[in-house]
Amino acid sequence: MANSTQNKESVAGIVQALEDKDTNVTFEDPLENYMVLNMGPQHPATHGVLRLLIKLDGETVVDCIPELGYLHRGYEKIAEASTYMEFIPHTDRLDYISPIANNVAYALAVEKIAGVEAPPRAQYIRVVGAELARISSHLMAIGAMAMDVGAMTVFLWAFREREKLYDVFDLLTGVRFTTSYTRIGGVAQDMTDETKRAITKFIDDFPKHYSEIIRMLNKNRIFLDRVVGVGTIDAETAVRLSFSGANLRASGVEHDIRTFSPYLVYDQLSFDVITEKGGDCFARYMVRMREMLESVKIVRQTLEKMPQGPIKSDLPKKVLPKKERVYGKMEELIHDFVIVNDGVHPDVGESYVATEGSKGELGFYIISDGSGHPWRMKIRSPSFCNLQALPTLLKGQMISDVVAIIGSIDPIMGEADK
Amino acid sequence: MREKIEVKLRDAFGESVIAVSEFKDQLTVEVKRESIVEVCRLLKEDSELRFDFLSDVCGADMLNFEDASSRKAYLAIEHDSRPATVPVEERFLVIYNMISLKNKARLRLKVKVDGDNPVCPSVTAVYPAANWFERETFDMFGITFEGHPDLRRMYMPEEYEYHPLRKDFPLMGIPGSIPLPGK
Repeated sequence: MANSTQNKESVAGIVQALEDKDTNVTFEDPLENYMVLNMGPQHPATHGVLRLLIKLDGETVVDCIPELGYLHRGYEKIAEASTYMEFIPHTDRLDYISPIANNVAYALAVEKIAGVEAPPRAQYIRVVGAELARISSHLMAIGAMAMDVGAMTVFLWAFREREKLYDVFDLLTGVRFTTSYTRIGGVAQDMTDETKRAITKFIDDFPKHYSEIIRMLNKNRIFLDRVVGVGTIDAETAVRLSFSGANLRASGVEHDIRTFSPYLVYDQLSFDVITEKGGDCFARYMVRMREMLESVKIVRQTLEKMPQGPIKSDLPKKVLPKKERVYGKMEELIHDFVIVNDGVHPDVGESYVATEGSKGELGFYIISDGSGHPWRMKIRSPSFCNLQALPTLLKGQMISDVVAIIGSIDPIMGEADK
Repeated sequence: MREKIEVKLRDAFGESVIAVSEFKDQLTVEVKRESIVEVCRLLKEDSELRFDFLSDVCGADMLNFEDASSRKAYLAIEHDSRPATVPVEERFLVIYNMISLKNKARLRLKVKVDGDNPVCPSVTAVYPAANWFERETFDMFGITFEGHPDLRRMYMPEEYEYHPLRKDFPLMGIPGSIPLPGK
């Protein structure tokens, strides 16, 4: 009994020392004490600037405290000072692995409160963009997780595929990385036939590379030993902790916002919501793998069904006019000037729009006072909520499994820190 | 769904339910601050409603909020010179977004928090996921959540004195408020 109180005090001492400054802490009997390990914020396996304080008993994790905020840029404050249009480039920098998905989510949120609807072609293009972004994000997650447990090859293979995807994004949006592709009421530029051919080629080739990864990992003794039964979370706890996205589905909860409250044209497309029973790192890996095939399926259907037509809706007061008309017509020049300088004026009120981002539920909550910039904008970022479950996942696991578990929940700190 | 929620809440809490409104097909229920925990408990545990997934908690500062739809941004008037449009007792909002996985429904709860004494009961006992959301709201707005197990700052350093998302905090920040690392 006396020992445990003593332990508690000494652990508090260590944590205090870590929080304060670089100080020396001396203990008389090291075996009677827990060890506190500081992991990050510059540890390569924390996927960014995540800092963990891990309390260890031998090699077993007793407790864990995540520390966030090393990448906090105050985007919610910036949003209040910029017009709705100006904020689009900032959304690229939230989940920087799948920027188009963020652009789409943000555009949908603003369109909802401004009462704008994008024309059908733009909606289909957005679906293509968001699903390709999902493939890109899942490839990154799988590659990085496999590398964390020692399989370097898969990381390189995943990056080879992502490189092809970046070429596709380059054709589609004009940029490889920070796309800023959507506009309020549509998308920035049309999808050309060349882009369409490039996407078709990518999704035709993809199943082959997919099965390469499956063959490499799914029967690999070393990989399986590191991930099966590690970091298990059951469905009830996952819901209680607001786990979302692929992580939640890996615990057997069939929750996907694409079917929960369909947005864009997802209700016209046929795809399955992937779930796994295990709830461990392997289940999370498998959900991501199988979801990529579903995304391929969605992209294929979307390309087939995509109608011709405009890519921006015709609402001069709220949607930017075509650039070539701005240079030639007085009316469009005025509207362009007003929208760029003064912004879209949505109705006074509030709205929350959630989409199934690559990491989970990505939502934007906007309070509008009717002016050109939001009164308050809250970004509901999935990585932030998924990280909240980390202490629960880590308790009782081995220290060497910490990196596998972090990799399997796929946090992106740009999004978690906002 | 809307009727069911409204009837159940009004039956159980009567006067504590201040307003039920719908805007852009989204349902918002405003309740009294004191009863938020019990309202959440009912919404979560009622066998018909089952709002079991808390998707978000956030705050908002309504200091001098007013309808600005006719105002042009480039003609913006001075914020400080205007009379207060929102009473100080209603300065802050705390907003809860929740999902019912069973009914495929969303609901938004809203409570008003006093600007002079920003205190709100914590819902972590009902929704453990509220833990970090409430920490973030505390960090950004300075709203203290009573009964929260670990109310520390989420993003800003622990010794930081201000709450950045308040409307009276300047966008440029306050010079010298974050000490640079010593040499």
